[in-house]
Amino acid sequence: MDHPLLSVQDLTVQFRTRAGTITAVDRVSFDLAEGETLAILGETGSGKSVTAQAVMGLVPRPAGQVTGGRIIYDGTDLLTRPPSEARRLNGTELAMVFQDPLSSLNPVLRVGAQIGELFRRRRGASRAEARRKAIELMDRVGIPAAARRVDDYPHQFSGGMRQRVMIAMALALQPRLLIADEPTTALDVTVQAQIMALLADLKAEHRMAMILISHDLGVVAGVADRAMLMYAGRVVETGELREVYETTAHPYTRGLMASIPELDGPRERLQPIPGAPPDLMRLPSGCPFRPRCAYATDICASQPPTLAAVPTRPDSHRAACHHAEEVLADVVAG
Amino acid sequence: MDRTTGQVPPTDQALVAPPAGDPAGPVDTPPPDADPLAGRPRGTIGRLRIIGSLVVVACYVVAAVVGPILLQYDPVATDLKARLQPPGTRLPDGSLAVFGTDQVGQDVLAQMMQGARVSITVGVATLVLAGLIGVTAGLVSGYFGGWLDAVLMRLADVQLTFPSILLAIFIASILGPSVVNVVIVLSISNWVTFARVTRSQVLALKERDYVDATRTLGAGTWHLITRSILPASIAPILVVATVELGHVILAEASLSFLGLGTPASTPSWGMTIANGRDYLSNAWWISTIPGIGLAILVISFGVLGDALRDRFDPRLRSM
Amino acid sequence: MTAYLIRRTLFAVFVLWGAVTIVFLVLRLVPGDPAQLILGSDATQEEIAQLRDQMGLDRPLPVQYGKYLSDVVNLDFGDSYRYHRDAMDLVTERFPATVQLAVVATVIALLLGISLGVVAALRVNRLTDRLVSVFALLSQSMPSFWIGIVFILVFARQLHLLASGGKGGLDRMILPGITLALPFIAILIRLTRSGLLDVVHENYIQTARAKGLSERVVILRHAVRNALIPIVTVTGIEFGKLLGGAVIIETVFAWPGVGRLLIDSISARDYNVVQAAILMIAGGFVLINLVVDILYGYLDPRIRLGR
Repeated sequence: MDHPLLSVQDLTVQFRTRAGTITAVDRVSFDLAEGETLAILGETGSGKSVTAQAVMGLVPRPAGQVTGGRIIYDGTDLLTRPPSEARRLNGTELAMVFQDPLSSLNPVLRVGAQIGELFRRRRGASRAEARRKAIELMDRVGIPAAARRVDDYPHQFSGGMRQRVMIAMALALQPRLLIADEPTTALDVTVQAQIMALLADLKAEHRMAMILISHDLGVVAGVADRAMLMYAGRVVETGELREVYETTAHPYTRGLMASIPELDGPRERLQPIPGAPPDLMRLPSGCPFRPRCAYATDICASQPPTLAAVPTRPDSHRAACHHAEEVLADVVAG
Repeated sequence: MDRTTGQVPPTDQALVAPPAGDPAGPVDTPPPDADPLAGRPRGTIGRLRIIGSLVVVACYVVAAVVGPILLQYDPVATDLKARLQPPGTRLPDGSLAVFGTDQVGQDVLAQMMQGARVSITVGVATLVLAGLIGVTAGLVSGYFGGWLDAVLMRLADVQLTFPSILLAIFIASILGPSVVNVVIVLSISNWVTFARVTRSQVLALKERDYVDATRTLGAGTWHLITRSILPASIAPILVVATVELGHVILAEASLSFLGLGTPASTPSWGMTIANGRDYLSNAWWISTIPGIGLAILVISFGVLGDALRDRFDPRLRSM
Repeated sequence: MTAYLIRRTLFAVFVLWGAVTIVFLVLRLVPGDPAQLILGSDATQEEIAQLRDQMGLDRPLPVQYGKYLSDVVNLDFGDSYRYHRDAMDLVTERFPATVQLAVVATVIALLLGISLGVVAALRVNRLTDRLVSVFALLSQSMPSFWIGIVFILVFARQLHLLASGGKGGLDRMILPGITLALPFIAILIRLTRSGLLDVVHENYIQTARAKGLSERVVILRHAVRNALIPIVTVTGIEFGKLLGGAVIIETVFAWPGVGRLLIDSISARDYNVVQAAILMIAGGFVLINLVVDILYGYLDPRIRLGR
């Protein structure tokens, strides 16, 4: 990648809480090329959403703060620019779809007004023009009878339709990078597939780059080019999606893979990873995944693992595990 | 609250990615404790607020108890030579009028200390009476429920949607000015808050298992109320009482100002302020200084109440 | 929305009925002879007998109550002893002045309270925020009648800027209006501030920021409107309290409204007027609350359009 659209380098985000400071995102780096789709995967509290918020300049302040690293978008470091200026890229260059469409839409404004305000406030369009464009967009994202529903309020839509409204809003000004944070988590199964299909479709049409955040490795499988797994704010494995899924080199990824139900496969028992998600207040020494890991040895307690090339594809696939080769051998052996 | 936005950490099964489509799957939200007020030394400021306001209140109580003994105040005495003297005047009888004298030559400071005695007595007595009525109503309402609860709470609704000062003025106008009547009137307009707080405490406690456990052990109703419910309700009721004390003293002053509160023989601050109105141009201090005294006391109770509430029960904010 | 309106209207009627009943009960259940109490100790036996007869004190309580209710529905409170005129007429003549004062106070409170609340929320935990909080604390803790007196002393007697009392143009309404508004301003400041601070944590505010809207638009268009919904309800309740509070302020500023009529009638023991005035204020209050409920439904589409 000679000229990535987005390059995040050593990003660190911390939250001050009553009990002390926690590091929600710990030296995370990744690149994203134009038109590429990256899946950021991990369980609750792994820092994937906060990473997205940091890119959008939406880390909740004053409790949360980006304390280190760079976020280089199209050649400029967003973190060196004043927040009000960086935010101007939101909507036009960067856009975001959130996980809970009901609470993410303003309950007292008509959906048409919420979509249209992008044209009115950001492009100086007239009220009538903004409304016409809002209808067009709602139509495009598959909301039936858009011309009639443009004057409805969010609570009058179903969950799936609300998420379509969110997507319409994100796409309005044709951004080059779309971040979708658990876009289907709050929806039921049939709707999930429709929304994912819509996102894949729109991405191809607009040639957008996309960051797809999910806890569910299955959901992103058909859409993402690359995958990045996060645990306790750190990147534990990253590579092309096929590599990560087929030649898994981190026990955490392996645990997550084992917990995906296969729709057409035999009805095996799912294997949960033992133990609870990490408490960011009290991380263990060395590797944060250690207490839940079957491969853990003494070195895991004394030395935090760093990202290292995985022998099968050293140019792109990397994992942060002292026992990566053992995991890989086990995975390949089946 | 939408359960998908809940921040209750998933339990031991958290790492099982839910079957595709479970809407209650784990979600990634900022750490639950992230709070914009984090890092503020709440404890220290809270303690300072409590100590500071308690000190002020204590000064008033001491002045109310000791003051009238040191500086005799006779409501019917007049001394025309000493009338309308500004603060700091040396009176003909040799004493110093720190806050000046009023239209009949009475020392304003002596009046204020006498007034503090009346106002604080009325305030505390009102809270005790209103508290008794309200706590009883709240207990009965919350514990027994049913039609009794419905009637009492609708009555509370009606009274809350009715300007309480009007009710107080009306009742006071019929009963006539007397210290006892003021207490009765203000209690009637203040029981509702106590009833509501107690009722919500009872309902919350009824849900908790330890009350259940006591019940299954065969404890009687009375035992349950006195041993489990009342002790747990004390803190919120005291917080409410502190907040209300300021309001009650203010209401008493308003009634007395209108001539509907305490009688002339036991003048409270409201009455002193009312008397000074006619002498605003040539003796500003008669009205102004007692007003400042009253305001400081009310502010102290307000600060104390807020601080106690923040410390013991932030949920009471909405009450 | 229709069901909502019907529910609110029924509650308003219920509250009004409650108020009437309370007034009835208070007059009948006080210890001693109500007629004696009302007329005071220097009334003659004939006067007392006449009042006993008018109040129907010899008949059983339910019968008295029935007659009382029908009188109230017909707005018939009898004549004023002082003016020998219909008590309700006296009250309705004075009512506009009171409403005028309450409206001026409400406008002042809304303008000052909401803007100070927004400013405090934008500058949360900084010096401005603290100053606004102190102002709010002072406004609700200082006795309003005393503030009125101080205002008269400073602005009318010393500076000769504003008139101290009596009815007249807008300049005569400023001092009583502000005095009446102060406690309400304090409530609005706190409510707006905490409402905004709650709302800015809502997800839709994050969405608005993700759209690249300026912080001004985010706050004014997306946050304030949601934070205002509870303010509408409180405004209704507080407007009613202003009608009650006007009793004191009208006395301080010699404002010829219902409140002053009420106090004058109490000292003259003119009880027909007292009842008429109290029920008039209560009725105005209940009506305002009903209007506010309807407005609330309109502001929040989730109620207006039904769930």
